[in-house]
Amino acid sequence: MSEHKPLSLHVPEPEFRPGDKPDFSDVPIPQAGAADMPPIDVSADDIRDLAYTIIRVMNRDGDAVGPWANMLSDDQVKEGLEDMLRVRAFDARMQMAQRQGKTSFYMQALGEEAIACAFHKALEPGDMNFPTYRQQGLLLSTDYPMVDMMNQIYSNAADPLKGRQLPIMYSSKEHGFFTISGNLATQFVQGVGWAMASAIKGDTKIAASWIGDGSTAESDFHSALVFASTYRAPVVLNIVNNQWAISTYQGIARGKAATFASRGLGFGIPALRVDGNDYLAVYAVSKWAVDRARAGHGPTLIEHVTYRVGAHSTSDDPSAYRPKEESDMWPLGDPVERLKSYLIKRGVWSEARHVQMREMLEQQIADAQKAAEKNGTLHDGPHSSPREMFEDVFAEMPLHLRRQRQEAGV
Amino acid sequence: MARMTMIQAIRSAMDNSMERDDNVVVFGEDVGFFGGVFRCTQDLQEKYGSHRCFDSPINESGIIGAAIGMAAYGLRPCVEIQFADYMYPGYDQITQEASRIRFRSNNDFTVPMVVRMPTGGGIFGGQTHSQSPEALFAHVSGIKTVIPSNPYDAKGLLIASIEDEDPVMFLEPKRLYNGPFDGHHDRPITPWSKHELGDVPDDHYTVPLGKAAIRREGEEVTVLAYGTMVYVAEAAAAETGVDAEIIDLRTILPLDLETVEASVRKTGRCVIVHEATKTCGFGAELMAVVTEGCFYHLEAPIIRVTGYDTPYPHAHEWDYFPGPKRVGDALKKVMEAA
Repeated sequence: MSEHKPLSLHVPEPEFRPGDKPDFSDVPIPQAGAADMPPIDVSADDIRDLAYTIIRVMNRDGDAVGPWANMLSDDQVKEGLEDMLRVRAFDARMQMAQRQGKTSFYMQALGEEAIACAFHKALEPGDMNFPTYRQQGLLLSTDYPMVDMMNQIYSNAADPLKGRQLPIMYSSKEHGFFTISGNLATQFVQGVGWAMASAIKGDTKIAASWIGDGSTAESDFHSALVFASTYRAPVVLNIVNNQWAISTYQGIARGKAATFASRGLGFGIPALRVDGNDYLAVYAVSKWAVDRARAGHGPTLIEHVTYRVGAHSTSDDPSAYRPKEESDMWPLGDPVERLKSYLIKRGVWSEARHVQMREMLEQQIADAQKAAEKNGTLHDGPHSSPREMFEDVFAEMPLHLRRQRQEAGV
Repeated sequence: MARMTMIQAIRSAMDNSMERDDNVVVFGEDVGFFGGVFRCTQDLQEKYGSHRCFDSPINESGIIGAAIGMAAYGLRPCVEIQFADYMYPGYDQITQEASRIRFRSNNDFTVPMVVRMPTGGGIFGGQTHSQSPEALFAHVSGIKTVIPSNPYDAKGLLIASIEDEDPVMFLEPKRLYNGPFDGHHDRPITPWSKHELGDVPDDHYTVPLGKAAIRREGEEVTVLAYGTMVYVAEAAAAETGVDAEIIDLRTILPLDLETVEASVRKTGRCVIVHEATKTCGFGAELMAVVTEGCFYHLEAPIIRVTGYDTPYPHAHEWDYFPGPKRVGDALKKVMEAA
C-alpha cells in the first residue's frame, strides 16, 4: 500500500447555477479613478498592478474621475452613446428576425456594447481589427451600411459575401474589419502577423486582435503572445472576458489562479484590466494601447471585464446553465445606462433626448431591414446563384472545379 | 546558368523573388542567421536584412497564422516549416483560414503565401522527419500543393508559387536536395552536378503550377509519380525493360488532369507510386481520377505502390520505402494482365 493519499481531480464550478441566488458582493470592484495612468513606454513589470485591478473612470454618481478621465469631448461621448444604442437596437431587430425564421443564426452583444464601440473610437483609418463574432460594434461605429450587414445576415441576393459565410461573419477591409472566421482564436495571431507586416514595411498602421475569455485556452492565444512579444508587434491584444463561453464559466479557462490580463506579464507584455461596461474607461485604456503600438513600443494586452447578458447565440438558452437574475446582479452595471447618466450629469443630455435618439435609431434600422428584405431572406430567397460557390475558391478556377460546376449544371 | 543542387535552386528562387519584390519575406525556425537546417535560406538575412528574413519561435500555428496576417496586409510571405512532420500545429491555420479567406470574404482579403516544408523519407529520419502529408493538403479546397523533383523545377515552381495569388504548400523531397535518388540506397549517390536538370538559370523564371511533366515517353504503361518516386520509377522502367510513360505530376492540386488522362488513354495501363501511406493517400485520388476518366481504355487493373499503412519506421526504412524492386514488380504485373 502506498503511504500517500489518493489524488483527486479538481474540476472548477461556477458559484451559481439555476435556482441559486447570485451574490457578487465578494467580487472586488475598485474605486473609479484609483488606477494610475503610466507613460506609454512603460515596461510590463512596472505596471503589474494594472493586470490585477479594474481600471474605472465613471463612479456610481455618474462622474468621470481620475487620471484616465476627460479624454473625450461631450460630442464625442454622445457619438459613443449613439453607437452603443445602434448596436443594441440592431441586435434586438436581428435577434427577432432570426426568431421569425428570416435567417439561421444571430449573436447579440447585449451588455458588452461599450467595448467594441469605444475601442473603435481609439483607432485611425487604415488600422485593422481581427474581430470575433461579438464585435459588431466595430462595424456599426463606422459608416458601413447597416443594410449590407443585414443582406449578409439574410444571405440574400445582395449579400456582399454572396451567401458563402454564416450570418454575422462580416468582412470589410475598407472599414478595418478582417473577415470573421467563426473558428476561435485563429485570428488572434493573424492580427499579430498583420501588425508585423506594417512594421516590416515601415507603415504607421496598427492592428487589433480580439478573443474571448474561453478561447484564451486555445494554443493560438499563446502563439499570438509569443509572436507579439518577440517582434514587439504594433498590435493591441483584446480579451473580452464576458464570464461565459456558451455554458462554460470563465473558471474553466483559468481557474481562480490569476486574471486573464496577467497572462501577458510572462511575455513582458504590459497588461491592463479595464471595466468593460465603462465606455470612458475602455476608450482611455484603448487609446493608451493604440498610441503605445503606434509609437513603436509594442503590444498591449487588455482584459475587458464585462458580462454576457444575452445568450451565447440564438442556439442556446442561458437559463439552463446560470441563474436568470445573474446579469442584473452583475456589479458593473449596464454600459448604456452608465454613459447616459454621465452625460445627463454633465448637463448635455436628458431622458427625453435619449428616448428620441433611440427611436430615431430604431427607425433607421427598421428602414434598413425593409430595404434588405427586398433583396430576400435566407429561407425565402432570392440568393446569389449557386454558381457563386465555385467562384473565388482560387483566383482562377482550376479544371477540376470547372468540371464539377458543369456537373452541377450552374 | 549554373549547376545547382535543389537547395541552391530553392535559395536562388527566394533570392530572386526578394530582390524583385520588397513584399517577399522569409521566416521560420532557424532560417535567419543560420540559414535553415537544410541551408535553403543561407545568406538571405545578410543580403536583405533581418526584417525580411528572420528566425521564428518554435510555433507552427504562429508561423502560419502570422504569415496569413502578413499576406492579408499585402506581403508575400514564404515561410519554412522545418519538417513537413511539424506542420500539424499549423494545420488549422492552413485548412480553415488560409484556404478559405478569399472565398469567405468574397475577395476582400486574400492570402498569397507559400509554406515550404521538407517532405518524405530516405534519410533515416524516423517517424518525425520522414512523413509525406501531401494528401492532407490536397483534400482541402482553396490551397495548392506543389512537389518538385529536380533543381530546375524547384526554382521555377517556387517562384511561381511566391507569385501566385493563393496559398501554396511547397513540399520539398529532402532526399532529392543533393541529388536524384532512385531508391538504390546501397549504391553511390549521384549529385545534381551530374544531372541535366541540375542546370538552373541564375535569373528569374517560372515553371507553371498545375502542369505535369512527362519524364519518359512510353507506350505500355503510364506511371504517375512525384518527388523522389520519379527517379525510382525511371530505375524500375530501365531495370524491367517495360516501356513506361513516366509522368512527374509536379503539382498535385490543381492536378494536370488532361496530361494524366491523355497518357492513360494512350497506354491503357497505370501504376501509381508514392511514399505516403496507402489508405486515402493521394494515390487513391489518382486511381479514382483515372477510373472516372479512362475506364474504357484500361486493359489491366490499376496498381498502387506506396508506403505501408504504418508509422514511418527507423531501422526498417528500406523495407518501408517503395523502391525500384517493388515498382518494377508492379510494372511487370500490370503488363501480365490480359
